[in-house]
Amino acid sequence: MKAKTVDRIMTGVIVGVAVLIIAVLAGLLGYLLVRGLRHISLDFLLSPPQTIKAGGGIGPQLFNSLFLLVLTMIITIPLGLGAGIYMSEYAKPNRLTAFIRLIVEVLSSFPSIVVGLFGLLVIVNMFGLGFSLFSGALALTVFNLPLMVRITEQSLRSVPREQKEAGLALGLSRWRTITSVLLPVAIPSIVTGTILAAGRVFGEAAALLFTAGMSSPRLDFSDWNPLHHTSPLNPFRPAETLAVHIWKINSEGLAPDAAQIAAGASAVLVITVLIFNLGARWLGRVLYRKLTASK
Amino acid sequence: MNLPETRPSADPATPRNAPATAGAPAPKPAGKAAKHRLEEWRGQAFVYLCVLLLVVIIFSIVVFIASRGLTPFVSQGVSVKEMLFGLEWAPEADHPMFGALPFLFGSFSTSLLAAIIAAPLGICAALFMTEMMPKLGKTILQPAIELLAGIPSVVYGFVGLSVIVPFLRHTFPGQGVGIMAGAIVLSVMILPTITTIATDALRSLPAGLKEGSYALGATRWQTIARIILPTTLPALLTGVVLGIARAFGEALAVQMVIGNAPHIPHSLFESATTLTSIITLSMGNTTTGSLHNNALWSLALILLLMTFLFVFIVRMLERRSKHA
Amino acid sequence: MKKSVVLLMTFVLALTLAACGKNNDGGNAGASPSASPSGSSDAGASVSGSFIASGSTALQPLVQQVSEKYMAANDQVSIQVQGGGSGAGLSQVAEGTVQIGNSDVFAEEKLKDADADKAKSLVDHQVAVVAMAAVTNKDVGVDNLTKDQLVSIFTGKVTNWKDVGGKDEKIVLVNRPASSGTRATFEKYALGTKSQDLPGAIQEDASGTVRKLVSETPGAIGYLALSYLNDSVKAVQYEGVEANADNVASGKYPVWAYEHMYTKGEPEGAVKAFLEYMLSDEVQNGDVTDLGYIAINKMQVTRDVEGKVSNK
Repeated sequence: MKAKTVDRIMTGVIVGVAVLIIAVLAGLLGYLLVRGLRHISLDFLLSPPQTIKAGGGIGPQLFNSLFLLVLTMIITIPLGLGAGIYMSEYAKPNRLTAFIRLIVEVLSSFPSIVVGLFGLLVIVNMFGLGFSLFSGALALTVFNLPLMVRITEQSLRSVPREQKEAGLALGLSRWRTITSVLLPVAIPSIVTGTILAAGRVFGEAAALLFTAGMSSPRLDFSDWNPLHHTSPLNPFRPAETLAVHIWKINSEGLAPDAAQIAAGASAVLVITVLIFNLGARWLGRVLYRKLTASK
Repeated sequence: MNLPETRPSADPATPRNAPATAGAPAPKPAGKAAKHRLEEWRGQAFVYLCVLLLVVIIFSIVVFIASRGLTPFVSQGVSVKEMLFGLEWAPEADHPMFGALPFLFGSFSTSLLAAIIAAPLGICAALFMTEMMPKLGKTILQPAIELLAGIPSVVYGFVGLSVIVPFLRHTFPGQGVGIMAGAIVLSVMILPTITTIATDALRSLPAGLKEGSYALGATRWQTIARIILPTTLPALLTGVVLGIARAFGEALAVQMVIGNAPHIPHSLFESATTLTSIITLSMGNTTTGSLHNNALWSLALILLLMTFLFVFIVRMLERRSKHA
Repeated sequence: MKKSVVLLMTFVLALTLAACGKNNDGGNAGASPSASPSGSSDAGASVSGSFIASGSTALQPLVQQVSEKYMAANDQVSIQVQGGGSGAGLSQVAEGTVQIGNSDVFAEEKLKDADADKAKSLVDHQVAVVAMAAVTNKDVGVDNLTKDQLVSIFTGKVTNWKDVGGKDEKIVLVNRPASSGTRATFEKYALGTKSQDLPGAIQEDASGTVRKLVSETPGAIGYLALSYLNDSVKAVQYEGVEANADNVASGKYPVWAYEHMYTKGEPEGAVKAFLEYMLSDEVQNGDVTDLGYIAINKMQVTRDVEGKVSNK
């Protein structure tokens, strides 16, 4: 009898906690969206920020965030796939493998500020890349890479063993089996994982303060030659991302509507992360259906 | 060490051979074996190169940060003892002092307190998703928690400064900023880490264990408290330690709400500081090579060493859970 | 089959991009130093070149705004403005990685002891004056503070507003970190002594955060550059003098500092032309004043590194 009462109470507690977490999230999203959505308009999303006047937008910052994400992914994905393939297919159960596994683990738990400082010291100053998108992308690669490795490894491991054996039995080389049999099956979960990791890149600020810089030069959106200084595509220009911009206007903003811009930009950031989350799930499902049906 | 074989990188060859690989399916028995070998060799070379890069990255991070961070001790006359146990941080004073204990204290207390708040919540959420209502958990709670993980830390800091700090200021004596505010913000940020790892651990529990307990007439809570939690304890702790590690390294969100006074506070609601917040505050204002700047690198080195410590603890816990 | 092609294409793309990056970087690095010679130093003639200005986050908005106007008028010139902090800017210009280092303080104050030689190689260009005022939360009921009162407050000798003529309320300090240039100026010219990092005091580097905390926290006092003052906080008088542009220019209000743009050696070409533009009446009376700074040509007094003030 008593055990049952305790059981009921504890059930209540656990359900209560679940409700609390949902409430916290709902409150958080509600707060950000209610305060921010009012300021979001097409103009806000496209126009450049203003230093002292009201009515500035976040156009270049939004573009920088997306461009930086693309740059980071171009560097990270091949490297992460390679290392992930090694971990799941080539690594022998020996000391070296254990050591590499440890490295991936350590790398993934490095504080982002340490990675940022490393970027400042080596990429920005030593390699002379300055505060630039490319420096930022390299710094982000450092702490996105272990995530990518883990995602690839797990996805490859979850492919049924028989599929791999079938490939090898057909006389395919090991590498060929991996790229044409295992990878296609694993791709849905790799894609999902990658997009979720991309969400993290999108919101990162601490590492970028020291690498991509806090200024955004005038961009000429009609000039798409990546070698020009004012071209948005030039990866060697300093670039302030959306997350860094929020940090900056919160702390140094001179514009009279700085608080509103911060609220609006936060809402945009959260909405983007939401889209990433939902998009990842949807794309993963679609890819899974397509790849498994067409094969 | 079979790494040296990666040196003749396959990279320049890749673009030229791309079409050839694409047209491969037409069977050409003669060159097939050779082609396979080449293909295999190239693939392996690429894979080893990637792994080598990982190793290089981590070593260069450690080497570069250590080279800066050790300078104050080696050539600028700061003693390790002063740095670790000194209470006074006055880098610009006429007689500069570099006691980092207040930062260490702040970092440890905020991250531990955050874990104390987040751990029960996270484990309860995991129990809800695995033992009570898996369906509801999977459709609502899990996406919610993943979303919490995706919200950028600046946004957490922004909300912390505009909501939590004023709330604490009105409710408790003090200025609202401090360890409590930092811990609350961090607890929400590390909740996803703890929950995800706890959920994985609970899911991987053999069903027979639970069924046996139910068959003996135990209630759900008795099963949870006596069977499930004790068996999964090391894994649950792993999640908590990883959460603490994340909280320890978080910079911007904490800096915005903690107050940043370089002292050990007398209460949870008094301005305090952390390793990460002093680095973000002062790094840009100091010149490269100055003692003050190098002392900040020493703090970064301490952060780095703490990461190693946390990974070590996680390893120990994982070994325990394998033996259990 | 197709997938492997896609996969390979990705690698190829990545490699070309990386290679591209290297080339581009080489080009960039080559361009920057050559900037100065390539620009013609004759006044009036078109100047060309590219350079980087980095450093003080407080000065960044001004330099950026002026650089955009300058680039619009001289399309052969390309200027990159970066933040990073005064210390970072001074280190970079001394090392030669950037051409202009923006700073809130004299280089001699940051580059001390072993680095003193570096400071000697730098040439100072004072482009604006920034003044600071002590600000309080609106509820404390104090309009004026003397130097001694401020010193007692910022060293913790006075902890209640009633001791300096306000209402009975605990004083909450909102200071800046020890490395801050704003703090250095405030200590030097308002207090005349170093303040202390008192237990319980809040420290924030960013002016926006300082303003927010002072406006929200009962009994709070901090200090802000004049451009950050607004209705949410109360600026108090210093020794009976109000903090405004006129009082600073005439030398009556002492809490101010120069904004510096340092070059390594005498500037040439585009850098020189840009710095001249920075000091032109158009910029000084326009952008400088708009952004809340005080025009350098309005100042009736000057001040040297040691803080000695003399009439112009």
